[in-house]
Amino acid sequence: MIRMAKQGNMTGRKAAAIRVTAILLAFLASSLFIRILGHNPLAVYGSMLVGAFGSPMRIRDTLTVAIPLTLTSIGILVAFKMKFWNIGAEGQILMGAFAASMVAYNLGNLSRWVVLPLMFLAGFVGGGLWALLPAWLKMKWNTNETIITLMLNYIAIKWITFLQYGPWRDPASMGFPKMPNFASGAIVPKLFGIQAGFLVAILFVVLAHYFMHHSKGGYEVAVVGESVDTARYAGMNVKKIVLTALVISGGISGIVGMLEASGVNHTLNASISAGYGFTAIITTWLSGLKPLVVLPVSILFAAMTKGGGYIQTVYQIPQAAAQVLQSMILFFVIGSEFFVQYKLVFQRKKSPNPQEGGQ
Amino acid sequence: MKRLSALFLALLVASATLFAGCAPKVTSDTEPQQQPEGQQEGQQGEAGTISKEDMVVGFIYVGPIGDGGYTWAHDQGRLFLEEQLGVKTIYKESVPENQEVEQVLRSMVDQGAKAIFATSFGYMDYVEKVSNEFPDVKFFHCSGYKTTANMANYFGRIYESRYLSGIVAGMKTESDIIGYVGAFPIPEVVRGINAFTLGAQSVNPDVKVKVVFTSTWYDPAKEKDAAISLLDQGADVIAQHQDTAGPQQAAQERGAFAIGYNSDMSEAAPAANMTSSVWNWGPYYVEQTQAVMDGTFASHSYWEGFSEGIVDLAPLTANAPEGAAAKVEEAKAKILDGSLFVFEGPLKDQTGAERVAAGVQMTDQEMLSFDWFVEGVEGKIE
Repeated sequence: MIRMAKQGNMTGRKAAAIRVTAILLAFLASSLFIRILGHNPLAVYGSMLVGAFGSPMRIRDTLTVAIPLTLTSIGILVAFKMKFWNIGAEGQILMGAFAASMVAYNLGNLSRWVVLPLMFLAGFVGGGLWALLPAWLKMKWNTNETIITLMLNYIAIKWITFLQYGPWRDPASMGFPKMPNFASGAIVPKLFGIQAGFLVAILFVVLAHYFMHHSKGGYEVAVVGESVDTARYAGMNVKKIVLTALVISGGISGIVGMLEASGVNHTLNASISAGYGFTAIITTWLSGLKPLVVLPVSILFAAMTKGGGYIQTVYQIPQAAAQVLQSMILFFVIGSEFFVQYKLVFQRKKSPNPQEGGQ
Repeated sequence: MKRLSALFLALLVASATLFAGCAPKVTSDTEPQQQPEGQQEGQQGEAGTISKEDMVVGFIYVGPIGDGGYTWAHDQGRLFLEEQLGVKTIYKESVPENQEVEQVLRSMVDQGAKAIFATSFGYMDYVEKVSNEFPDVKFFHCSGYKTTANMANYFGRIYESRYLSGIVAGMKTESDIIGYVGAFPIPEVVRGINAFTLGAQSVNPDVKVKVVFTSTWYDPAKEKDAAISLLDQGADVIAQHQDTAGPQQAAQERGAFAIGYNSDMSEAAPAANMTSSVWNWGPYYVEQTQAVMDGTFASHSYWEGFSEGIVDLAPLTANAPEGAAAKVEEAKAKILDGSLFVFEGPLKDQTGAERVAAGVQMTDQEMLSFDWFVEGVEGKIE
């Protein structure tokens, strides 16, 4: 018989050993797969690095992906810390982009110093309200937030598509369904060739770190996450804490929508969220819900995406195969977490005490 | 949990640098096309010509090349180009219509691409932006309307072929209801539906064409479901403006018949498929790549049909009705000699109001912004 047991206090060295093994296994399995595809694994790994960091342009492109991933992860982190499973970042990004675009299309001709702050605010409000809805439903009727936030994504996508084909269609596009490009005043400028939104990302990483680890609000969020009853017993207003945290969580994703629409795409459409809302769930999880770890994890993840894209053109590896590669690496790395937190106990006649074994 | 994540990252970085060390050596053998930025200028000859060895052509696809339809047809064009000119090509599949387009374009330029074909409508604004960044690289955008000094757009008059396939469908249907699975209600799709309907009506005035939009170019399951809903409404022939053969297979399962699109879909549904409106991109890709190599590229809007061979109708299968081949040949000959123009009045819209007077031919501008269905189509544009 085999059964799972919660791991006791594992030494850092042992956990590290598990993770190193996982990474080695990931590379081994991937290498095998690349070999089967008929390529040299080392050359392919090298190319992935070249594709992600090989030139200033590639570094810029990698960071362009890392910015929304970082910010969205921070947003998701706030909710996850509370064990509120917010799977709706994708929709919150889009609704933030929608609200910001409303400002851009109506006030875009004003000065950049007026328009951009308004768009920023609108993005936060748009995303925040879209997250407030499932939070309120949960507080009121104890609905399942995972399902509701997931479904709200699709409503947001269809809403943007409706605007694209209907009321917001660019009259100058000869009948083609696209929304107009933003006026120059509504476009986030570039700094060092990257959209200036990276400053926002860094700022929020620092703010989130401070909020989570050094503020009363962050402490309350953590307590609610550990035990709602404890929080109530301690006299916390659980409802208020949950609602506020979700507005912050969705609001940060909404800012991502504003930055992506304004700083990168210069227009609005349903694909500007580019799946960041879902990818960020992985990066948030990998970061162990630590704001400061989110940044490097997001950059590495962006690098993996860019590198994976690059090997497709260099080796003409099909996209599906490149994604299998990325997924295998993730499988091993996330899978190793299981062995850090749990262990398998092989039971014999005399079963050892699970709390002692293995140390 | 905490320190471990950091450790894991450190390891990943460490292993990354490890691999980075050996990367240039290995890749330089296998990937001679990788050149640092800024070297491309020196590669060009005195008169702006590019030698065969230095020529790299990039292709960006919206779906996987194995879709058996739209992207497959473009990829056949790419292979034809490689075969004809012996130049190196690179491609990337399944590129979504968002900022990733820009990154893929830049990445291809960085890999030495001197000409890039971007094959989906939604790529347009991103191609325009990047074309301004790299004035020495020529960009070709499929199915849009924007051009810059170094960005051309190109498409084909597939509606000519749609008209012919409509003849086949119109002769075949017994219920006089033909189902049409469309992707999006945009001019390109509307134009095809109208041409198809006019072709069907030319041999069968009672025919009705029922349209369902799927809101996706590429989704085999969704396309198939849409076709099934049309079959449930009494359609006995299915036509499609989609990237996969899903609707063909739906028709086959129900014992109905089907008209394919993009590529010859007769193998995907041998018992149902009668013919397909197909793209033949290869010659255009060869011509334009040669122009870029010769330094004779000029920005343009290319929109040709049967006359240039960029569109065609796949051979009729045994499922096609008797006498259809002759009718099709006759109409094709008329289109080629100019005596038949698909969108010539009198044309009425769905309400029965006359939109194009007798004897008047629609202009390219009008056809490119088609936003109404001809009489006999059942469906809504919104």
